[in-house]
Amino acid sequence: MKHLFTLAVSGLAAATAFGVADVPKASAQDQLTIVSWGGAYQESQRKAYYEPYMKEKGVKIVEEEYDGELGKLQAMKDAGNVTWDVLDVDMAHAIAGCDEGLLEELDYSRIGPKEKFLPDTVLDCAIGSIAYSTILAYDADVYKENPPVAIMDLFDTAKYPGKRGLLKKPFGNLEWALIADGVSREEVYDVLGTPEGVERAFKKLDTIKKDVVWWEAGAQAPELLANGEVVMTSAWNGRIGNAVKEGKNFKVVWDHQELDWDLWSIPVGTKNIDLAYDFIKFASDPKNMSQQSKYIDYAPTHVDAIGLIDPEIARNLPTYPENMKTAISLDWVFWADNNEELTKRFNAWLAQ
Amino acid sequence: MAVAETLPSLTIDGVPLKVKLARAERSRKLKAVGLVLPLFAFVVLTFLYPIVVLAQKSILNEETIGRLTRTNEALANWDGVSVPDEAAFAALAVDLKQAQERREASEIAKRINSEFSGAMSRFKSVTRKVADMESGPYKEVFLSSDEIWSDPALWRVIRSVSNTYTPYYWLTAVDLRQGAEGLERAPAGEAIFLDVYARTFWIAGVVTVLTLILGFPVAYLLATQPAHRANILMIFVMLPFWTSLLVRTTAWFVLLRSEGPLNDLAEMIVNNRFEMIFTRFGTIVAMTHIQLPFTLLPIYSVMKTIPPSHVRAARSLGAGPFHAFWKVYFPQTVPGIAAGCLLTFILCLGYYITPALVGGPRDQMVSYYVAYYMNNVINFGQAAALGMMLLIITMVLYWAYNRLVGIDKMKLG
Repeated sequence: MKHLFTLAVSGLAAATAFGVADVPKASAQDQLTIVSWGGAYQESQRKAYYEPYMKEKGVKIVEEEYDGELGKLQAMKDAGNVTWDVLDVDMAHAIAGCDEGLLEELDYSRIGPKEKFLPDTVLDCAIGSIAYSTILAYDADVYKENPPVAIMDLFDTAKYPGKRGLLKKPFGNLEWALIADGVSREEVYDVLGTPEGVERAFKKLDTIKKDVVWWEAGAQAPELLANGEVVMTSAWNGRIGNAVKEGKNFKVVWDHQELDWDLWSIPVGTKNIDLAYDFIKFASDPKNMSQQSKYIDYAPTHVDAIGLIDPEIARNLPTYPENMKTAISLDWVFWADNNEELTKRFNAWLAQ
Repeated sequence: MAVAETLPSLTIDGVPLKVKLARAERSRKLKAVGLVLPLFAFVVLTFLYPIVVLAQKSILNEETIGRLTRTNEALANWDGVSVPDEAAFAALAVDLKQAQERREASEIAKRINSEFSGAMSRFKSVTRKVADMESGPYKEVFLSSDEIWSDPALWRVIRSVSNTYTPYYWLTAVDLRQGAEGLERAPAGEAIFLDVYARTFWIAGVVTVLTLILGFPVAYLLATQPAHRANILMIFVMLPFWTSLLVRTTAWFVLLRSEGPLNDLAEMIVNNRFEMIFTRFGTIVAMTHIQLPFTLLPIYSVMKTIPPSHVRAARSLGAGPFHAFWKVYFPQTVPGIAAGCLLTFILCLGYYITPALVGGPRDQMVSYYVAYYMNNVINFGQAAALGMMLLIITMVLYWAYNRLVGIDKMKLG
């Protein structure tokens, strides 16, 4: 069966190949395809890692973007032609990709000592690169007085009328809905683990449903805010930080920020596995890793890199103690179990 | 008479005419086949073959195929309501151990988790436990690991996915599921696809009607103007047609935005802003614009073939202008209308990018969910079932259309 599918796909690939003009191919040895989440985040990786690495090693890095579509990787693997060499994944995709056999089990002897990384970020198939956070952001030009200060305010359309942007996925949103409904952050997953809790979360989301604009790619959140489509939005904190650097008057609400990690992984079937390890080793070096925070407000995962961050920058990172006070750690075991069902429910809810 | 029967007519080189004709016929056929063969092979390879593969994917338990054979045998005589016996637990344990060694255990767990939420973590932890065990008894280990293992509902799912074929994806595609006592409707919170199909056909229908209403007069104008003027008008129709779909959709995104030019205009005139982006309205407007040439062009080319003398004859025989148009001109355009509308309707059924960009969550059509299951959930079986369902419904509609209108009456020009 898989075999048939492979045949069909390779047949298609062959068919298209005939139509394509001859492009001179660089030898596979000195080219590395790195796939990440686009926008300001990928820009920061380019400056912190890709450009220095290309300069130092003489390797050509080809960049691609994705929005977490591991299905593409599955199709490439089935067709026996995996063109991705290094993949930036968040926690959910790191676990799912590992479970599906899409990501290599990492050989840490080729990267660095495990104990030098924050313990949460050392996974079988992925090694932590940065900490990022899903936060609430608003346009300070709209709210000159009385700006939103808590997650509760996201759900308060009487006090803060106007559209709000949210990520078009259940995770993160259901937690915030329960928090806004009075559940404490320690109990969120106990409540969400029950049918009544899920009901309660969706009921809370119901109260703002008609006011929500849903975003799917990380770059969309600051865009929606910038072109006035929404007055506040959930976003990845670094994307907002970069919009501020570009002159936008956006503010971050750190209340109940949802902490997550981005990690490096290697797709099973890559033809450049040695180079992929070499790149990850390079990017995990504390000196190189500490560079990324200059270009985006994300925090390093290597303990030695944390000390190298400029204190001025550190204040804007999700891991800064002041920002961490009410932070929620997303529960990935819970989501591995319930993502499919809750997403089904979420999609049905959206379509109603 | 008798002579003609005994002496077959010969051609100039002495070969009977019949043979010669048959030869000519054969070589003509060969040429025809030779000309069609590349396209035929192309269609088979890139169209029919993938459809067959997808059809298979929608009914196969790909993740578990050949990986739960022992469990399947052990559960063959299970009653489906009690907790299975040690033999079933042992069979599952052995299957899981083997899968763990081959790094396939998670795929099995994921497949079961999609029908029984929460199975993922329980499978993982129990797999780790039994992987260290040399021999049984296993039932104790499972039951002490988590109470979920005494739930017959979980075992029913395990039995169902241990078979080669599964009705699950097709049932989900029509909002049904397998309950303890046969089929039942999916709970209201999860039922979604019947709505999505209805919505897909509704949007496609509305867009088709709109393109007809807008396109027919323009086609008439184009067909009746002198050539030099018609050509200029034609450019206006064709220019957007030559622009990429994505570009046009993005243009609508900019136009319809709440801070966009249309709303700026509305603000100036009626002092109000309207919600147009991320709505059904926006989706239908953008799709109608994109589809207009597809409906218009077949109508136009049919109109070009209608001699103006027909209407003139009707008028000279005393018909009023409307009567002459309606009784003489319009019926002759019907084949073009049929072709244009069918083309637009079927193209609309597969729309993805336009609703995704300018529509809201309630305006997403079937293709959106196909892409969603392919890309995000990595559930190719569900994507295949949804796609096949759309294909089948479209084919049934095409058949009905053929019975009502007649495909042979349809003309593209």
